Amino acid sequence: MLNEITFYLTAIWTLVFAIAAMSLRQMVHCALSAAAAFAGLALIYLELNAPFVGFAQLLVYVGAIAILIVFAVLLTRGDEVGPNRSQASPSWLAGLAVALLVLGAIALPILSSPSLQKVAPPVATAPVKRIGEELMTRYVLPLETVGVLLTAAMIGAVVIALREESEKPAGQGTSLLSFNGGRTQRPATPETAAHPETEEAVTLP
Amino acid sequence: MINRADQVFVLLQHWLAGFAPAVVQPLVLMLFIIVGLMTVFGNCFALTTIMERKILGRMQNRLGPNRVGPFGLLQPMADGLKMIIKEDIVPDSADKVLHFLAPLALTVPVWLAFSVLPFGRNMSALQLDAGILFFFAIGSSSELAVFMAGWSSQNKYSLVGAMRAVAQMISYEVPLVLATIPILMAASSLSLPDIVQAQSGYVLGCIPHWFVFTPWGLAGFALFMIAATAESNRCPFDLPEGESELIAGFLTEYSGFKYALFFLGEYLGLFAVTGLAVTLFLGGWHAPASWLEWIPSWCWFAVKFGALIFLFIWVRATLPRLRMDQLMNFAWKFLVPLALVNLFVALAWWLSGAWHSPAGLGLRWLLGAGLLAVPYVWLGRGLRHGESGLRQYSYAE
Repeated sequence: MLNEITFYLTAIWTLVFAIAAMSLRQMVHCALSAAAAFAGLALIYLELNAPFVGFAQLLVYVGAIAILIVFAVLLTRGDEVGPNRSQASPSWLAGLAVALLVLGAIALPILSSPSLQKVAPPVATAPVKRIGEELMTRYVLPLETVGVLLTAAMIGAVVIALREESEKPAGQGTSLLSFNGGRTQRPATPETAAHPETEEAVTLP
Repeated sequence: MINRADQVFVLLQHWLAGFAPAVVQPLVLMLFIIVGLMTVFGNCFALTTIMERKILGRMQNRLGPNRVGPFGLLQPMADGLKMIIKEDIVPDSADKVLHFLAPLALTVPVWLAFSVLPFGRNMSALQLDAGILFFFAIGSSSELAVFMAGWSSQNKYSLVGAMRAVAQMISYEVPLVLATIPILMAASSLSLPDIVQAQSGYVLGCIPHWFVFTPWGLAGFALFMIAATAESNRCPFDLPEGESELIAGFLTEYSGFKYALFFLGEYLGLFAVTGLAVTLFLGGWHAPASWLEWIPSWCWFAVKFGALIFLFIWVRATLPRLRMDQLMNFAWKFLVPLALVNLFVALAWWLSGAWHSPAGLGLRWLLGAGLLAVPYVWLGRGLRHGESGLRQYSYAE
């Protein structure tokens, strides 16, 4: 009973914020709503007896991904939807049709699949220790592969950022820390020009 | 008798819950913990503000607050009253909803972090398998709150301050977490009571088996404390709210009780991370010597906790503020590599675990210290290399 109430509360929370993330006009509001929806998902994981996944969801999505989205939004300012413009794209009817088609194509096989008839196995509890042991023994190769992939992606991101820094006149890429309210950009200060690595450190994680 | 004094809070909790009907007893037990935590750490906040001002005054050769009550001890009450009756000003251009939500989003999750800390024997609110993961997951949500505060104020100082704060908190979270990893490996558990349990007993009969008394533990403790100072935005890492350059950064547009809430949230974050440092490195609630074990466990936690808070205040009184580029360089070019090296030191310590004799122990210490000293000097030189030469400042070109 109590479990059902908490489930519906978290489900409603997650859905409301997910819808808000898609429909609000201000980009920063969308990003923050997405973070709230991520937190709601983490709560659902916790209710499903998966504390490790729940905490990881909170740590990675709310702590890192949401911040990344916020930084991206701030670095690409000016794309906000004005009050007069409709939020929907002119071809929304076609989009809706495609979406319904995809939904049908996915839902039909799922509903007719025999796996739905099977009785659900009893809820397994996954102690964190067990997850750690499995990750370090049976799934160590996938884990390491993912690690190498992420490192490569990170180095790639740094390299891309470096190249932009040397092509552009120094100091142009510093809009993040020198927000000056729409006035003309000041020429680069020696402070930022001499230490371009400060900027990378900001965007690195 | 000794045992009863040790468990006084647990016994009190169960005795009080005994009056409630059986159906709601779990809720009453929880409520007791929540009320207890909020009372203790709320008062701790008040006490720390006055002690901090007193100690700062003492260290800077002045008196500090001494007007309200005996020795100025009622100053926090006066401050609180002032904060409540101040006018709450919201800027015209501010994003009203986010401006209202930001202090709450900062303060509410911080309370959750206290729920996993073991304050004494059998005294942690939640026994989570992955307690430390929960702690860091909760802690990571404060960055969004700071961003909300800075952005919703629609003030460039606020936004700059918030961006600095977010960049700083993300950067210093990496060494903070990396410094705890050797502890988790040594205790082979993510649960905080288990980590405290792993630090019981004594080495050579007299030295407590705390993790801080190992080369990697000592280095990890130093890294952890530095990163914790930065994580809680305290001097010398307080440049997100540098009063003299950013007029309090993301707090610029806050006044009255919302400002007080931010203040509360920051101090509570400091308390939580200090409690974690006590738990991870200083043996939690364990006594420092076997003949002192008759003193209740929560007393030892309180003593260690107070000592670390004093250390934070001392550092604040001693060191000047860093510059933004120094701050970032220090995190990414010094703390993170050193924390990674520390993992290998822990590995060497673990591999040489069979050397039990005093000479063997000395050799292990030498090995660990050597493994740490070389990268320390080398990385320190690298850090200074970028700093050589005069810096030229340009104001108002």
